[in-house]
Amino acid sequence: MAQMYQLLASIAQSVGVLYFMGMFLAVVAYALWPRNRETFDRAASVPLDDE
Amino acid sequence: MAAAQRFSMKGNETIGAGLCAIFGVLFLIIAGLTDHSAYAFHMVVMALACGLGFYAIVNWAARGDVRLEPLEIDGRPNYNDGPIRFATIAAMFWGIAGFTVGLVIALQLAFPVLNFDLPWTNFGRLRPLHTSAVIFAFGGNVLLATSFYVVQRTCHARLAGVLSPWFVVLGYNLFIVIAGTGYLLGITQGKEYAEPEWYADLFLTVVWVVYLLVFLATLWRRKEPHIYVANWFYLGFIVTIAVLHLGNNATIPVSLTSPKSYILWSGIQDAMFQWWYGHNAVGFFLTAGFLAIMYYFIPKRAERPVYSYRLSIIHFWALIFLYIWAGPHHLHYTALPDWAQTLGMTFSIMLWMPSWGGMINGLMTLSGAWDKLRTDPVLRMMVVSVAFYGMSTFEGPLMSIKAVNSLSHYTDWTIGHVHSGALGWVGYVSFGAIYCLVPWLWKKERLYSNRLVEWHFWISTIGIVFYISAMWVSGIMQGLMWRAYTSLGFLEYSFVETVAAMHPYYVIRAAGGGLFLLGALLMVYNLWMTVRVGAPRAEAVTGNLQQVPAE
Repeated sequence: MAQMYQLLASIAQSVGVLYFMGMFLAVVAYALWPRNRETFDRAASVPLDDE
Repeated sequence: MAAAQRFSMKGNETIGAGLCAIFGVLFLIIAGLTDHSAYAFHMVVMALACGLGFYAIVNWAARGDVRLEPLEIDGRPNYNDGPIRFATIAAMFWGIAGFTVGLVIALQLAFPVLNFDLPWTNFGRLRPLHTSAVIFAFGGNVLLATSFYVVQRTCHARLAGVLSPWFVVLGYNLFIVIAGTGYLLGITQGKEYAEPEWYADLFLTVVWVVYLLVFLATLWRRKEPHIYVANWFYLGFIVTIAVLHLGNNATIPVSLTSPKSYILWSGIQDAMFQWWYGHNAVGFFLTAGFLAIMYYFIPKRAERPVYSYRLSIIHFWALIFLYIWAGPHHLHYTALPDWAQTLGMTFSIMLWMPSWGGMINGLMTLSGAWDKLRTDPVLRMMVVSVAFYGMSTFEGPLMSIKAVNSLSHYTDWTIGHVHSGALGWVGYVSFGAIYCLVPWLWKKERLYSNRLVEWHFWISTIGIVFYISAMWVSGIMQGLMWRAYTSLGFLEYSFVETVAAMHPYYVIRAAGGGLFLLGALLMVYNLWMTVRVGAPRAEAVTGNLQQVPAE
């Protein structure tokens, strides 16, 4: 049981941190990527032109 | 026309009618076999629903080929608003019911004689009726209505499916009836926000999967390549609620003829599952779903684009990745391992960032249109809801800190916190959305009365302030009294002294709840009059904007 805990804790504290940081950076990169600017600027007005 | 009206059952309709017939008979057999009267009542209700479903499908199929609505008319999407109208009415009905029961239990706490010494009306049974009615019945129908509305408008596509959207709204409301009557008759799993027993849970699972499929299939039809952010929030809400519901209701029924079941998880694992579910009901049902409403209805009403679309993407992903870990803060100082408690607390504190990201984005969408707050009470309601969202998502992480929680846990502070979120955030953003939706759905020029909206706004705002300030005072006082020691090391107060001290605050709380209910009744009258006597929208009179003659 203790070994299992040690194993899971060490995975969470190493791979888990890197995985979450990686996911977060990927989201930030997607949101701020210059080529997406036009799409997002247009998307911001989607509720206004729907009828 | 005679040829077009011939009877024809297509594949889906045959399956639908067949399932109604098979399950209707099965429910009747169970009703006959069981010796549990409340369970037999539920089986009869479900069998009746199957019978009505069978009749409706066959009757509709008998109308032949004329029944199918075109996807587009004159190159414009032909939106399907029928199920949305139903869910909107259901939301208001359950809202009034849920607020009324809330007022009753608030009065019961102040004046216990109102329990009437009857099993069906005691606090223990009415309290889950209140929470489920306002969260799942009122909030759930608001989410069904707005999600079906928003996904069609932002995708420029008709809602997918013909029978399935109706199955979703009707099936969901049948689940509400089964759940609510079950609590009154004493059928419950005793798990907060997850009280319905196994058969109601299984039925909800089917409804929810169809909901997900209708939503996805509508997205699939979209004309716009980019999926608008509100749909991401709705999708996050639908998918996560499915996962939570399955995880926390992994039960084995005693038998087909018994409403009782036992959960697979035991001890602290069960508690952890319960609060992983419970907190994410807050995070994904009451937050992600209603943020979707914010991201459509506030820009639409203010006629301004979303302040920062990039912020909306970052705060969406941050919110859903962080919320799912926050549940353990409900189990501070319990048998849950210390590291899990700390983990729950840490993720709760980190939630400050995406929560406030959402709040800033919602509020700043008004930049350039702040003057509308003066003239448009509906927009004001939604903006105040976002302010309440910011306030309660500031308070929540604060209360998840272990040292603060040791004072606040099990006290009325928690109830005050929940209601600043529920009445202020969820209630107001829902009211705002419904005030927008009703004239749109019934093709009316405007609401019957803006002054009544003003009255609704001010009456219920005063009600909320009464409610939450009474609970803050009562809760902190209660927490301090519990931990007060005399100089000799004895507890200073007996428990019943702390109960007696809370009485005045309970009366103030009930008064606040009464004002909130009064505001909602004004809203129902306003909406009713809008539908009945409101002037029709110009384009609805002529059928099409292009046909309006020049003046």
